[in-house]
Amino acid sequence: MAAYIIRRVFGALVLLLVVSAVTFAIFFLVPRLGGQTATQLATQYVGKDANPESIAAIKKNLGFDQPIYIQYWDYIKGLFVGADYKFGPDATHCSAPCFGYSFKSHVEVWPQLTQRIPVSFSLAVGAAVIWLIFGVTTGVISALRKGKPVDRISMFIALAGVSLPIFFTGQIINVLFIYQWPIWDSTDYVPFTQNPGEWAWHLFLPWVSLAFLFSATYARLTRAGMLETMSEDYIRTARAKGLRESTVVVKHGLRATLTPIVTIFGIDFGTLIGTAVLTETVFSLQGIGAYSIQAIRDNDLPIVMAVTLVAAFFIVFSNLVVDLVYAAIDPRVRYS
Amino acid sequence: MKTRRVTAAVATVLAVSLGAAACGGGKDSNDNNGGGAGKKDAALNSIVNASSKKGGTVNLEDSDVPDSLDPGNTYYGFVQNFSRLYARTLVTFKPAAGKDGLTVVPDLADSLGKASKDAKTWTYHLRSGLKFDDGTPITSKDVKYAVERSNFAPEALSNGPTYFKAYLKGGDKYKGPYKDKKGIDSIETPDDQTIVFHLAKPFADFDYLATFSQTAPVPQAKDDGAKYVQHIVSSGPYKFASYEEGASASLVRNPNWDPKTDPIRKALPDKINVKFKVNPVTVDNDLLADKITADIAGAGVQPQTQPKILNGKYAPQTDNSYAGATGYMALNVHVAPFDNVHCRKAVQWAVDKQSAVDAMGGAPKGDVATTLLPPSVNGYTKFDNYATPGHKGDAAKAKDELKQCGKPNGFSTTLTARSDRPAEVAAATAIQNSLKAVGINADIKQFPSGKYFSNFVGVPSYVHQHKLGMMMMAWGADWPTGYGFLDQIVDGSAIKPSGGNNLMELNDPKINKALADAISNTDSAARTKAWGDIDKMVLDNASVVPIIYRKNLLIRPTSATNVTVTQAYLGMYDYTLLGSSK
Repeated sequence: MAAYIIRRVFGALVLLLVVSAVTFAIFFLVPRLGGQTATQLATQYVGKDANPESIAAIKKNLGFDQPIYIQYWDYIKGLFVGADYKFGPDATHCSAPCFGYSFKSHVEVWPQLTQRIPVSFSLAVGAAVIWLIFGVTTGVISALRKGKPVDRISMFIALAGVSLPIFFTGQIINVLFIYQWPIWDSTDYVPFTQNPGEWAWHLFLPWVSLAFLFSATYARLTRAGMLETMSEDYIRTARAKGLRESTVVVKHGLRATLTPIVTIFGIDFGTLIGTAVLTETVFSLQGIGAYSIQAIRDNDLPIVMAVTLVAAFFIVFSNLVVDLVYAAIDPRVRYS
Repeated sequence: MKTRRVTAAVATVLAVSLGAAACGGGKDSNDNNGGGAGKKDAALNSIVNASSKKGGTVNLEDSDVPDSLDPGNTYYGFVQNFSRLYARTLVTFKPAAGKDGLTVVPDLADSLGKASKDAKTWTYHLRSGLKFDDGTPITSKDVKYAVERSNFAPEALSNGPTYFKAYLKGGDKYKGPYKDKKGIDSIETPDDQTIVFHLAKPFADFDYLATFSQTAPVPQAKDDGAKYVQHIVSSGPYKFASYEEGASASLVRNPNWDPKTDPIRKALPDKINVKFKVNPVTVDNDLLADKITADIAGAGVQPQTQPKILNGKYAPQTDNSYAGATGYMALNVHVAPFDNVHCRKAVQWAVDKQSAVDAMGGAPKGDVATTLLPPSVNGYTKFDNYATPGHKGDAAKAKDELKQCGKPNGFSTTLTARSDRPAEVAAATAIQNSLKAVGINADIKQFPSGKYFSNFVGVPSYVHQHKLGMMMMAWGADWPTGYGFLDQIVDGSAIKPSGGNNLMELNDPKINKALADAISNTDSAARTKAWGDIDKMVLDNASVVPIIYRKNLLIRPTSATNVTVTQAYLGMYDYTLLGSSK
């Protein structure tokens, strides 16, 4: 098991390195190949008054006058050993993991990310709990009541959930519950450590919006899986042994259905932490997704790089966790 | 049939809910005698819901983030306005309604600048008793340092304008305070109360430069460059209680601010909160529901909110202010056939400006422009060199000019616009249609606004190579005088290898000289007249096609007090006056 984990962690690190190289190439190399000069690149970060002296100073300070491979090497080096920057009277050390400084504001990227990761993580965790509970429960009930009104209604709602974009459902929820019937005063993020009750209350509407979308997928997946599993011979055997129906459904039916759901969940959850852009935008949450959109708009490459790496990390990490969870839910899975 | 009925029912419920929400948005805003009281456009020329009551919290929201809240690292108009709450400058604009708001008044200084006869030396004396929020006295050296860091350290603070660098003697040689701690010789501080600026050339608008947030004092010992924004030392009535980069800021009272040293600010609210990156629709809904005091960006409501407030119960709460900016189309004088003045004039006559303005959103978005200078800028003179009935264009006159330029059947050219500015693209399409009527075929090319000037239209070599004859452009004054507006867009020295704003590449010696002469003239009336004359010279040259004097459609929430539009800051509300009854 330990060897398996070490192997997976090593593989994950290599993958992150590849992701960093590809991202770096897309944002740093491709524009150069497209004919963009270092001066033009620097001009974007000078502000409205782009005089030659300012452009030259920015070009030098951001390292654009260096060859691309040196810029990449410096970036990767910074991640592991930190880097020194001079955006003021004295040079300051950016400790590892140093994701560099924003090209726009010249503030360190990592503290900005750590400020935003809890927001995105909170959003994803709460939504995941809701969508797992509602999605799986709905799917099970639908499968057990196949063709009955409860199945049809559930699947209609599920279809709506999958079809309606979050900027529509989110906006409607926002308008109805904040402005029309102001049950919620706002959806401003309150840190969990500050007040867990307020944290959950303020995040409830974003959770519901996001969970509505995902519950639908999980309900349909669970329903399909359960329908297949419940028609297996071993379920008939379990019933023939005189087991209670709840035991048959939960222990024998649902457990087998969960394996593919957990796989999808791992990918969804990991992906969501860096990409809940629409939910964060609709509810004005200062998470990683909203941060990355601003960075892309500003062509703020260090932030784009950092967000990509962090998002990739969460995807890789959650997939690793999922693989380990397999062993717990599926007795046939053993790692050596 | 059954399915259709269910669908209809769901649609009806949704529509009713949304409609109700759209019309709702708050509790009886008209029953409240707050900032909503007053008539439509009341805050353009008066202070609405005037109050002298202390207390309350002003809540501001922004759908974006500014370049920086550091007074020495910003070019944003709303930060210039807002920063006056925590960063006092040598002089500033009078917090007052209407044209009075364009008056420059002393702030840290005890009077306006005392100019030498040649307008090359400017002296200011600071008031006594001025203190930073940590209790240390503010001296003229702190002001000098602030100017140095904001103008001469682009490697760290590159967002702000660099007019001081351009005008100070030796400004082209000084390496900045982070490399040369001795400081620039052309700013003298003979004592702690006096600061003297020695300029390389005459500059009669210097008091306007001194209104820039760059003259707000910064203690050298506390400056750590780009990080200073995270712990700004206040010289105004408020100081930072918290600041989260790109997310929020909170200001509370500065106990070391002495109202006796500050005749300008009332400092009524106890607290001022700002939230950034708020969903634009939420900002508007919060304004209508009276949850916030103002949209700090001050550029007006979103297009989808506009119909909701133009008529009905919200209409009396709206102010349609001039944004101090003109939207125009630049014709590059080095791209054929616009190297011929008659081809440029053909475009002037052919463009249907009214349809372009309608495409941008109509009257709430602005008025048809006939001059480059907008009406809210000192020096604006009303004229129309290319007057046509209803501003719809004159095909006959356009064709006559086409004949004179040797293109009787018209020609083909390129028109550029910013792809992420739908109103600009819509205006370009309307212009394209009106030009087609006289045989001028314009191919519209779109570029992202983030790279519009740095990579495309602001790069003369790119413009020439790709034959970008016509370029959509909008410009607001850096300070509200003709020079503040025109210098960066029509003077030959504003042509830059990249990132330039003189898109016409206008380098007319007469215009350059007229600008230089006027800015040397200490007679303010003569100077003001000159700006109008220069505007006429530019329009005679026909390389600028004015399209729209841009306007903001602002809304006054009911709880907002002391609400007035300041023309000095792009037609937004004056944040030094703004209070809240909440």
